[in-house]
This record gives sequence, C-alpha cells and structure tokens, in this order.
Amino acid sequence: MASTPTLPPLLRESGQREVFCGLTSIVWLHRRMPDAFFLVVGSRTCAHLVQSAAGVMIFAEPRFGTAILGERDLAGLADANEELDRVVGDLLERRPEIRTLFLVGSCPSEVIKLDLAKAAERITTRLRGRVRVVNYSGSGIETTFTQGEDGALSALVPLLPRCDDDQLLLVGTLADGVEDRLLTLFERLGVGPVRSLPPRQSTDLPSVGAGTRLLMAQPFLSDTVRALERRGARRLPSPYPLGVEGSRAWMAAAAAAFAVDEARVAEVLDPLVERGRRALVPLRRQLEGKRLFLMPDSQLEIPLARFLSRECGMDLVEVGTPYLDRTLMAEELALLPDGTQLSEGQDLERQLERVRAARPDLVVCGLGLANPLEAEGIATKWSIELVFSPIHGIDQAADLAELFARPLHRRELLQWN
Amino acid sequence: MELTLWTYEGPPHVGAMRIAASMEGLHYVLHAPQGDTYADLLFTMIERRDRRPPVTYTTFQARDLGGDTAELVTRSIQQAVDRFRPEALLVGESCTAELIQDQPGALAGGMGLGLPVVNLELPAYSKKENWGAAETLYQLCRTLLRERMPAPGSSKPAPDRWKSEGRRPRVNLLGPSLLGFRCRDDIKEIRGLLGEHGIDVNLVAPLGARPSDLLRLPVADANVCLYPEVAGPLCSWLERNFGTPVLRTVPIGVGATRRFLRELSALLGLEPPESNEADLRSRLPWYSRSVDSTYLTGKRVFIFADATHAIAAARIAADELGFTVVGLGTYSRELAREVRAAASDLGLEALITDDYLAVEKAMGDAAPELVLGTQMERHSAKRLGIPCAVISSPLHVQDVPARYAPQMGWEGANVIFDSWVHPLMMGLEEHLIGMFRHDFEFVEGHRSHLADGAPSRPGGMAEAAQAVAVASSPPPPLPSSSLQPSSLPLAEGALIWSVDGEAALRKIPFFVRGKVKTNTETFARDNALGEITEEVLYDAKAHYSK
Repeated sequence: MASTPTLPPLLRESGQREVFCGLTSIVWLHRRMPDAFFLVVGSRTCAHLVQSAAGVMIFAEPRFGTAILGERDLAGLADANEELDRVVGDLLERRPEIRTLFLVGSCPSEVIKLDLAKAAERITTRLRGRVRVVNYSGSGIETTFTQGEDGALSALVPLLPRCDDDQLLLVGTLADGVEDRLLTLFERLGVGPVRSLPPRQSTDLPSVGAGTRLLMAQPFLSDTVRALERRGARRLPSPYPLGVEGSRAWMAAAAAAFAVDEARVAEVLDPLVERGRRALVPLRRQLEGKRLFLMPDSQLEIPLARFLSRECGMDLVEVGTPYLDRTLMAEELALLPDGTQLSEGQDLERQLERVRAARPDLVVCGLGLANPLEAEGIATKWSIELVFSPIHGIDQAADLAELFARPLHRRELLQWN
Repeated sequence: MELTLWTYEGPPHVGAMRIAASMEGLHYVLHAPQGDTYADLLFTMIERRDRRPPVTYTTFQARDLGGDTAELVTRSIQQAVDRFRPEALLVGESCTAELIQDQPGALAGGMGLGLPVVNLELPAYSKKENWGAAETLYQLCRTLLRERMPAPGSSKPAPDRWKSEGRRPRVNLLGPSLLGFRCRDDIKEIRGLLGEHGIDVNLVAPLGARPSDLLRLPVADANVCLYPEVAGPLCSWLERNFGTPVLRTVPIGVGATRRFLRELSALLGLEPPESNEADLRSRLPWYSRSVDSTYLTGKRVFIFADATHAIAAARIAADELGFTVVGLGTYSRELAREVRAAASDLGLEALITDDYLAVEKAMGDAAPELVLGTQMERHSAKRLGIPCAVISSPLHVQDVPARYAPQMGWEGANVIFDSWVHPLMMGLEEHLIGMFRHDFEFVEGHRSHLADGAPSRPGGMAEAAQAVAVASSPPPPLPSSSLQPSSLPLAEGALIWSVDGEAALRKIPFFVRGKVKTNTETFARDNALGEITEEVLYDAKAHYSK
C-alpha cells in the first residue's frame, strides 16, 4: 500500500442527526432472505417507519410487521412474554412457511428493557423444528441505518454450524447477480469453497470455524466480524470491493490467503481491471474535478470517497460517516488523498451551513435532505440507493460511478426554454 | 401488544408534524430518538416538498439516556428559536420520549422565549396520527386566540351580517393539510366553487396559513369543515366560543356538492343555487347515465377509508354510479358514529377497525368486484385479485400527482368517475370473456386496457392450452384458499364440490365467482346438502335472484 496520507483531525460532531434507525435494514434483508419474517417489537412509529420506506411496493404477503406496544404493556398489566407468544402464534398461523423469525428490538422495547433475546430462545424451544427465532436491535438509540444488518447477521452467527475446514466467507449483503459473478471469479482463481452471509435462504446458513477466512463485502458489520472471529474465523484485511482498485485488492487478499500464485491472480483479474478502467473513462470525464460532499448515512461513505477521488478524479470537500470503526476502515483510510476532511457523527444544521458555504458540485445525502438541497440549487445523490444497487466488484465500477454521474448529467439535460 | 402488518395511521406526533409542515412560520421541537427523522421523508418524498419540514428533533441516543436529556431538550429549543425565528412554537414528544418523561413542553414554557408556545400532550400509545393533527390544530388556535375570546354570554354574530356590512360573505376552509388526500387541489376547487357563488374565502388552515393568520379565524361568517378528521374539534371549539356556525357537509360527489352549496347558501342567507348546476358543471352525471355505463349497475364494491372519504364514496357509489356497496368501514374511530349511520342507510353494518387483517378478511368475505380503499387495501386487493382504486390516506407517492386531481366539487366528481371505473374490466371485454373462455390472449381475469393486464398474468399460448385442457377434462381443485383466505373453512360441515359443480363454477365470470361460491356454499349448508353439484349451483342462483 501507498504511504499513509496526512489527514486533518477528525471532526467529531454531536447534535441533531438526520439518519435512519437500524429498523430500515428490514427493507432489503426481507428480499435477501424471503423465507424470513421480521417482527419489530415497538410502537406505531416503528410500524410507520418501515411501511413508509417499503410500503410503496404492494405485498400480497407481507414480510415484516410490528407488535405494537399498548398502554397495558407499558403499565405492566399484560405479561409481555405472554403477549409476544400470542402475537407470534397468530403470525405463524397466517404465514406457516416462515422459517426464521427475527424479533427486532426498537427504542421503546429497549427503553422499557423487554428481554427479546430470552423471548427468542423460549419461542424457538417451543416451536423446535419449525421456526428459528432470533433477536437483534434495530433501535435508533443504538443503531444507525445499515448497523441493523450488522445486528441481524450477528444474531445469526451463533446458529452457524461449526466446521474448521478452509473456506472463504463473504460477509454482507450482495446483490444476487454480483454474488454469482464474484463466485465465478473466485472459482477461476481457485479460491474456495466460498459461502455468503447472509445466505439467500435463512435456513441455508454457512458454517464457520478455524479455517474460515472473512472477506468483508460491507464496511458496517463490526459486531458480526467480532462474533465470527470469536468462532475462530479470521478477517482478511482489505479495502472494500468498490471500484476497480478496491475490488482487485479485495479479491487479491482472498487469493493470497488461499496461496494462489500472484501470476494467476494477474492472469484472471488484470483483463477485468483493464476493461473496468476503460468503462470508467467517460464517467471520469463527467466527474473529474467535481467537488463532493458526503453526509453521514451508511458507513459506505469512506470507501465511496476513496473510489470517487482516486478513480473518478473527484475532489473531496467533507466525508461524513455516522460511525468510524478504525480497524475495519484502516485499509480504506490509507488510500484517501492527503487533506481529506473526515467527520464522525452529525450536527445537522452546522453541517448544512458547511454545505452551503462550500457550494459543492454534488452532495451525497439522505432523502430528507435531497429535495430541499436541490431546491437550493445544489445537486444531490440520494445515499440510500447505494445499499439497494449492485455496486460491488470490478465489473460494477462503471455502474457505481454512473450512480454519481447521473444526477449531474440530468442537470445538463433538463431545460425549459 | 397488537400485531400490525400495515398501519392506517402514523403515531400522533406525525399528525402534529402535518400541521407544522402545512403552515408557515410555525416550528416544532420534537423530543425523539435518533432515526425518527424518517418522518421528514413523508414530506420531502411523498409530498415532494422543496424544503425541510420545520421540525427540530433532539435525536437522543442510548448514551444520552445516562445523562441529562432534559438539558438536550432545552438546548434544542433555544437553538431552533434562534435559528428559525418562528411566530409560534410547538413542543412535544415522540413515543420513546414519552417513556422517559422529560416534560419538554413545560421546560419550553419556563424558558421565557417571548413567543407563543404550545405544549403538545399526544399519548403515543393510545392515539394516532389524525387525532394528533386535530389536537395540535385545536391547541394551537386555542393558545393564539385565548385572549380574543368574547366574554361568556355575548351575543353570537349573525351569519348574514355581511349584508349589513356591505361586503361578500366569507368563510374559513378548515382541515386541509399535507399528507391529506388531494388537499392541494380540493382547496382550489372549493375556492373556485365558492367564488362563483359570491362567497369569499377568509382563511384556509392549516395548509398555507401562518400563526398570525389564525388570529383572523373569528372574523369569518361560517367555518367550512372540509376534513373533519383534522378540523372537527377546532370547528366545534370556534362554534362554542366565537359563535361561528359550522358547515359539516363534505362536498365530495355531485350530490354532496349540491347539498353543500344549498346548505351554505341557506346558512349565509344567500339565494339558493340553480338546480341544474351539477349537470352543467360536472361530467359525472352524463357519463354515468350514458349507456356505456350500464354494465356498472350493481357492481359489488367494498369501501374502506378514513371516515370522510368512506362516507362520501359510499354515497357516490350507490347513488351516482349505481354500484352495490357490499362493505363499508373506516379506521377513524373518532368518526365511527357517522360511518355507522351511513352504513345502516345502505343496510350494512360498518366495519370500524384499524386492524388490516380484519379488513382483509371482511373484503374476502364480501367478495367484491371493486375495492375503494387506501394504500393498504391495494395489498389485500392484490392478494385477492380484485381491482382497486385509492380514495383516502394513507397514501403513497403516486397519489400526490402533478396533474390537477381534486376529489371535491364538480371537477372532483369527474376525477372520481375516471379513477374508479378505470380498474374495472371494460364492458365489451367483460361480455366476450363471459362467452369464450379458451382464448390464448384474453384469458380469465385479464384486463387488456391496463398496462400489465392485471390481476392475472397473461400466459399466452401456454395458458390457452391449459384453458382448453380445463374445458375438456376434469378441472383441478379450485384455489379456494387464494380466493377466500381463512374466511371459508371448507372442511366445516364437510361441503364437497362435485366435479360438475366445480366445472359450472368455473364458467361464472371470475369477478363475480367469489360471491357465487359463497352464496352456493351458504345455500348448500342451509339446506343440509353435503355435495355441491351443478344443479345445486343453479338452485342457489335461482334462490338468491329472488
């Protein structure tokens, strides 16, 4: 790796935060594992959040729901455990094909200290053989947006079967097409067996053990990594598979761990790198020299900033992240250009003042801010799309760049005279 | 604990946000955990607003709970007032903040902010969004108008005082808000309608009003309660304390618009409107009378919505489109009585519930040909394969259209005619599918005028081959579970459909088949018939046609 860049001191901010809570992770996890159901234990606010995010899709069979706490539950008039058993019973009667039930904690359930972990254990025992019940917290007070996936996956870790054979485990949600493509490439490299967490079926869990090497597809999985490491797995340090450079380094890290000859790696990957760079050329022309401001949202911000500056030539004004795990981000930080201003946390109004003062060419931000900033004449790229899009791997580098070029291109296209 | 797959209303603080975001110059400090800012998206994405809602959230996190969350509240309040300089301030809690009891409203009251502060007490575990909106609007007006209330016992202003004052009569339009159903265009339509009848609009609130505007509420000659869910309590309070009469007829539908104009004219002492005005101004009466609409007669329709839109829809469906209303309900408990009355006029029992599953079950039992509901009913209708149109909140982004799309007044009736008839199969297609069932393109359930031919997938040749096979060989068992989920326990009473019975049932056009099936099974059970043959089906048909 290149020499460590000189970065100004991290800007640590606290104040109003405009971010999603971890419950939002349900919006993509329910599609990754269609045989799972996500039952939030919380308030009407939680139910409203999830349906506002996902309710534009029309579901013949809902994949998520909320056990809404009532006054009787708060006053202790109703036994919370009995109530939960009843609600789960009703749900499973309607949806007998559910194989894994996630009991998802929320702010209200955490504040009143409802022990959902114990409830999950109890219900699993009662329904043995039919449905596995696990628990994680997606509450706003503890988790930000993608950290919900971290909770869900780390709740699955204890259920993984033990196996100490050598294998590669890809950790973090990948789009199906991307996953298939990466598996093909690992096969060409002679790396394998390769499994994914989360799997496509919640019952088809990969094994874990001393021979397991972890390749992190997503940067927001701190707890999951630690849980897997406690079960003997070892993380392969690498930047994340965003862009040509990051993806090549990512695959090469796995190849090295599986003692694949460097010449073989070059033989398989370098043609892809060459093609990927070519595909990036027209996009780089649109993005080069443009000033980019990333507001905190998903923890994808640092790898994205690295890709957009090094491979697309963008200038970084500020790179915000909701939470900075320096261990998981070490390889990424080393690749950032000198002088990159990082910020962790948020004081929304002050950050918006910095946005307005800097007048960046593109702001990556959440949907609560995007249209208002557009109305102020500032181009935006809404950040949530990045967790819903196939962006990983060398072959996806141009698609990833296009997500950022598209709003700028659109501004050039539209005219009213 | 209550299992909720879809919720009809958000929590009450979202109702309060609707009031704040609908108005100008009003700010809302909301004590809420990190993540509750999702509600901003309702306004920036669904309503497609070009500015952030005027809401400051404290966004506390777990680590704040160990410290002084009350200090966080006062800091947020001070910063919001300094930065946004509102005319008035709302202060309240979300559901999680309600549990930690920092009393933000009381804190704000003690800060000497020098502006009106409304302390919102919205019980998040027992009340919901519309209640929160109504309570917020009421408390805000009460706070602002407290000092202008006439002394008890003062005489009421006469609604026709405009005559002696030598001006046109003026009314307030109360209730329209963001995230309400088509409020933006309803106001425009009603404003135009009133203008044509010589009536001025004094104030529209909350949508577009400032707190200082609300001080002008009492100078109107009457209050028009356009959306009772939001403005009902305020209108009653203004009537009690300022003597302003209220018009509660909601002008959705041709008949309701005519009644609205008649009643308002009578209230204000104006000449009654021309009796043929509806025919001149709305196309619905002619479109509905024209022969192309004859096949709409008796179409079975299931209605579930907020109370205002449900009641209006039931009258339009029954009186103006000639449908048969087979189910009517609402999630608005506050207005349950009004919906019960409307249902009983139609010989129905109203379904008052906020349980999505209960609505889905009632819909399945009623086996309608058309569902008029909310965004939530689109899910159940998809499951049951029934055409559906959205008539009320909760809504999603496609129901905040760019085009002019009111529900109220003459143009609203035009919009309603188009959007309710559109999902139904067109008349010619309906006839031909009833006659010829073996087509390779126009298969059962197919609606070729819809882009996706919904609800059934057009299967082309494969499906046609299957249709031929069905016609010539014993049919496979009916998908009774998908037709009538959990509503018809076929095992009970051991009802068996014979092969010829099932074949006869298949010949019934798909959109009425659910009802025929229910009727036949009821008939068989009532007559203690164990097996349903083709003849039993025809017996039942004759029995129910009496």
